[in-house]
Amino acid sequence: MTIKGAVLVLVGAAVLLTAFTLSEAVVSRAAKKDRVTILYWEKWTGDEGEEMRKTVNFFNASQNKIFVKYLSISSVDQKTMLATAGGNPPDVAGLWANNLCQLSDAKAVIDLTDLAREKGITEATYIPAYWDEMTYRGGLWGLPSTPASIAMHVNRDLVPKEYATPETFPQTFEALDAMVDKISKKGKDGSLVMAGFLPGEPGWWHWAWPSWFGGKLVDGDKITIDTPEAERAFEWIAKYGKRFGISQVQSFSSGFGNFASPQDAFMSGKVASEIHGVYKANYIRIYSPKMNWFAVPFPHPENRPDLAGQTVVDSDVLCIPRGAKHPKEAFEFIAYVQRQDVMERLCSAHGKNSPLAKVSEKFLKNHPNKFIRLFDELARSPLAFHTPKTGIFKQVSDEITNAYQEVSTGGKTPKEALSGAQKRIDGLWATYQVQVLKK
Amino acid sequence: MRKEEKRASRDGWIGVLFALPWIIGFLLFTSYPLIASLCYSFTNYSVLRPPSYVGLANFKELAGDEVFRKSMGNTILYAVGAVPLSAVMAIGLAMLLNMKVKGMAFYRTMFFLPSLVPQIAMGTLFLWVFNSDYGLLNNMFKAVGISLPNWLGDPLWSKWTLILIAVWGCGQAMIIYLAGLQDVPVSLYEAAELDGAKLWAKTRHVTLPMISPVILFNVVMGIIGAVQTFAIPQLMFPGGAPARSTYMFAMYLYDNAFQNQRMGYASAMGWVMFVIILALTLISLKLSEKHVHYEGG
Repeated sequence: MTIKGAVLVLVGAAVLLTAFTLSEAVVSRAAKKDRVTILYWEKWTGDEGEEMRKTVNFFNASQNKIFVKYLSISSVDQKTMLATAGGNPPDVAGLWANNLCQLSDAKAVIDLTDLAREKGITEATYIPAYWDEMTYRGGLWGLPSTPASIAMHVNRDLVPKEYATPETFPQTFEALDAMVDKISKKGKDGSLVMAGFLPGEPGWWHWAWPSWFGGKLVDGDKITIDTPEAERAFEWIAKYGKRFGISQVQSFSSGFGNFASPQDAFMSGKVASEIHGVYKANYIRIYSPKMNWFAVPFPHPENRPDLAGQTVVDSDVLCIPRGAKHPKEAFEFIAYVQRQDVMERLCSAHGKNSPLAKVSEKFLKNHPNKFIRLFDELARSPLAFHTPKTGIFKQVSDEITNAYQEVSTGGKTPKEALSGAQKRIDGLWATYQVQVLKK
Repeated sequence: MRKEEKRASRDGWIGVLFALPWIIGFLLFTSYPLIASLCYSFTNYSVLRPPSYVGLANFKELAGDEVFRKSMGNTILYAVGAVPLSAVMAIGLAMLLNMKVKGMAFYRTMFFLPSLVPQIAMGTLFLWVFNSDYGLLNNMFKAVGISLPNWLGDPLWSKWTLILIAVWGCGQAMIIYLAGLQDVPVSLYEAAELDGAKLWAKTRHVTLPMISPVILFNVVMGIIGAVQTFAIPQLMFPGGAPARSTYMFAMYLYDNAFQNQRMGYASAMGWVMFVIILALTLISLKLSEKHVHYEGG
């Protein structure tokens, strides 16, 4: 081949590469030439994704200035972070509320306070716990797309009659323990066949254990993991290993399938009660439609009746990354999702409660979860709590989860596990304060 | 310039032009990140904000980081278990597959196939195999009255699970050993037989010395692979569960870079990993001087 030939081949390759790059840009941005195109990245796939897509379609049909282009993205938090760092983020990112503090500290999302005020969206619009979750260091960093609250789910057929109603189900941890001792079953070889309750199932909220016992993870400017309340919580957890045998619990738990499958511990009848979110009813409807179940608030310590009616609230959020090309138009869409009719349609389709202070009777009456009123009440409780507001929540959660595993596998005592976690978090928090918060 | 020189010069330029895509790729996607990560290792860099110089702070923090030590310990234990076991298994299989038996092509294919399975698929598969409740392995042994441990849930056994999986994927090394075995001159075996050597003596004094360069190569590659292990533990043991017993060095590096937004710290970890791999490779090469025999060398 001559030099001319080689150059031609390379030029051809360069042209193809440019065409590919440009076509990608065309596809990703200018979906409608007569409107401002908003790029919206969301985590959901499947039915939840489809329902959000319907909301997007309703919005696009409702006006003629903005077109929202909806893209379902896996690992949306990490990809949003990298796209923001690269200067080409989406206009709207569908993240989790527990991402907000970290992103706010990194100045990766824009403060929505003024945009919200212009639209008449204020603190009064929301249930207090959800609004509080969106705010951090004086700013408003996201607004909810759909929220959740959590409660104890009980398989009525697996508990004796005296416990089989929401009114008579144990309300304290001590009473729950007594019920667990009474109803749990072991096989001839000593292996666990059915557990009344297991603290590790589903294991999504280990960070919340101290709070269920009255502890605070963030106290002023300090992160406090090794509180007496946390120690009490972990001692209670350790009892489950002693009660059933650590290796029996490990072996039994390893047989649990995914929460969205018929092999789920609760739906397959392996545990009689478990803590879960309002959306659990969706999966019960699909994978165990004949299950006879009810929901009640998660128990509280016997000597802390003031903690009765606690719940964890959590939200999927919509936020605008720094560097978004059309923040005002992006907020138009976010504000649209906050409309009561739009929010209630979406939350009902997702099987979740509404984050809005005003909720219609129609929403509660027609909701697919028959215990929606309980989840709504729990979210409105002044005792409702959310993930601690700190930019190192991920590390805090990891440390508490690790402490949980150390205790539940018998590797460490609660005191040892929690003080180890506290020590590591103290170091991380000190570094974070210096390097990120510039204190 | 003579005509031949002109032609050689032109051919040289054509060669460079054809190599250009690779050169550009190497400079952009290998050299630049390599140099950039070295620079970032001396900074506080969250990816979302410009890096700020912190000197040796990241390396000092690493020295006192308990999770770093734990992940390093896990990785070393994994490497110490997986590399020799994989090597022994691969050599053993290669020797079996080097025998003159009917249908050998079929056996070779069957033993090589596992190494073609993508890591994520392999991890998913082994989640089922090692499940202590309904897994294939425990239930097979249970049927004959042997009780096996909880591979996935017990911190004492979780690392062994990863080691056993590494052994299962030894097909690549096995093929290289097989090629090495086929290069061993038959005359050496004949000479050994004349001296009265039996199977073990022939293996020890002929086979192993003759394939020792191949063993060295596979061990070095195995060490590099083991220190960087990521996909299977990340899939099978999220967060290094239980109790960080499977939390590997590369998992902690990934979490710092992409979950905790500490790219500067993760870069420092990356360079520590590089130094460790370099040191282990140099140690392997040094130790090999007395034990590796090169034909004609």
